[in-house]
Amino acid sequence: MSGLLDVIGGILLIGGTAFLAFGGLGLLRMPDTYTRIQAGTKATTLGTLLTLLGIAFLQPAWALKLLLIMLFLMFTNPLSSQVLARAAHRAGIAPAPQTRADKLAEDEEGAA
Amino acid sequence: MSRSMPPLKLFATLVVFWILLNGSVAPGTLAVGLVVAGAIVLLFPVSLSVVSGHRLTPEALVASLAYVGYFLKELVKANVRMAALVLNPRLPIDPAIVKVRTRLTDPVARLLLANSITLTPGTLTVEISEGWLYVHWVVAPTTDPEAATRAIVAGFERYLEVMYA
Repeated sequence: MSGLLDVIGGILLIGGTAFLAFGGLGLLRMPDTYTRIQAGTKATTLGTLLTLLGIAFLQPAWALKLLLIMLFLMFTNPLSSQVLARAAHRAGIAPAPQTRADKLAEDEEGAA
Repeated sequence: MSRSMPPLKLFATLVVFWILLNGSVAPGTLAVGLVVAGAIVLLFPVSLSVVSGHRLTPEALVASLAYVGYFLKELVKANVRMAALVLNPRLPIDPAIVKVRTRLTDPVARLLLANSITLTPGTLTVEISEGWLYVHWVVAPTTDPEAATRAIVAGFERYLEVMYA
C-alpha cells in the first residue's frame, strides 16, 4: 500500500522538477523582462505545486500543512509577478522589439 | 458596506490557520497564536481577505467550487503550453500588452481575477486601472480590447460574478 503511494509521490516529484527545469530554461530563452516573468511564474507555480503534492503522497501526515503552503503559494506567486511586471513597466523597461502592441504605454502617453 | 473584515471574523480566521499550521492545541502554542492574532487584528484593522465580500448563498458556493476546478484546469493547460513554447527550438512567441475590461467591482474579486489571469495561458497582469486590466500576452492572437476581454477575462468572470456581489 505504502509502495503505491511512494510511486505516485515519486512521479509527482519528477513532474514537478521537470516543470521547474522548463521554467529555468524559459528564463534563459525568453527575450525580455515580461516574457521571462511569464515563464518564471507559470512553470514554477505548477512545478512547486506538483512537488508539494508529491511530498504529501510520501508523507501523508504532512498533507494538511502542505495544502496550506500550496494555497499561500497560489496567492503570493502571481501577486509578486504582477508587482514585478508593474514596477518594470513603470520604470520604463521596454518590451522586446517583436512585441506587437503596448496598450499601457499608449494610454499613459494619452493621459500625460 | 465596509470593505474590511469584521475584527472577530479576522481573529477567528487567523487562529484557525495557526492551529492548522501547527497541528496542535497545546496550551503554549495556542496562547502564542491568540496573542499574535490579537495583535494583528489591532494593528491592521483595515484588511482584505478572500472571504471579505464573498456571498454565502448556495449558488456562490457552487460557483466557488466550479471556479477552483476551472482554475486548476487552466493552470495545468498554461504550464503545458509554456513548457511546449520553451522547448520549441524556434521559440514561437508573439507578445503584446493588451487592454481588457472587467465588470467586477469588488476588490477581492478583482484581485482573484488578476491572479488567475497571471497563472493561466500565457497572460500576465501588468497594471490595473479602474475597470481596465493591462495584460501581457506571450502569444497574442489579437490586440483588440473586446476580443481580448472575451479570450482572457470571460472564463473567470463568469464564476467571480456569482461569488462576489
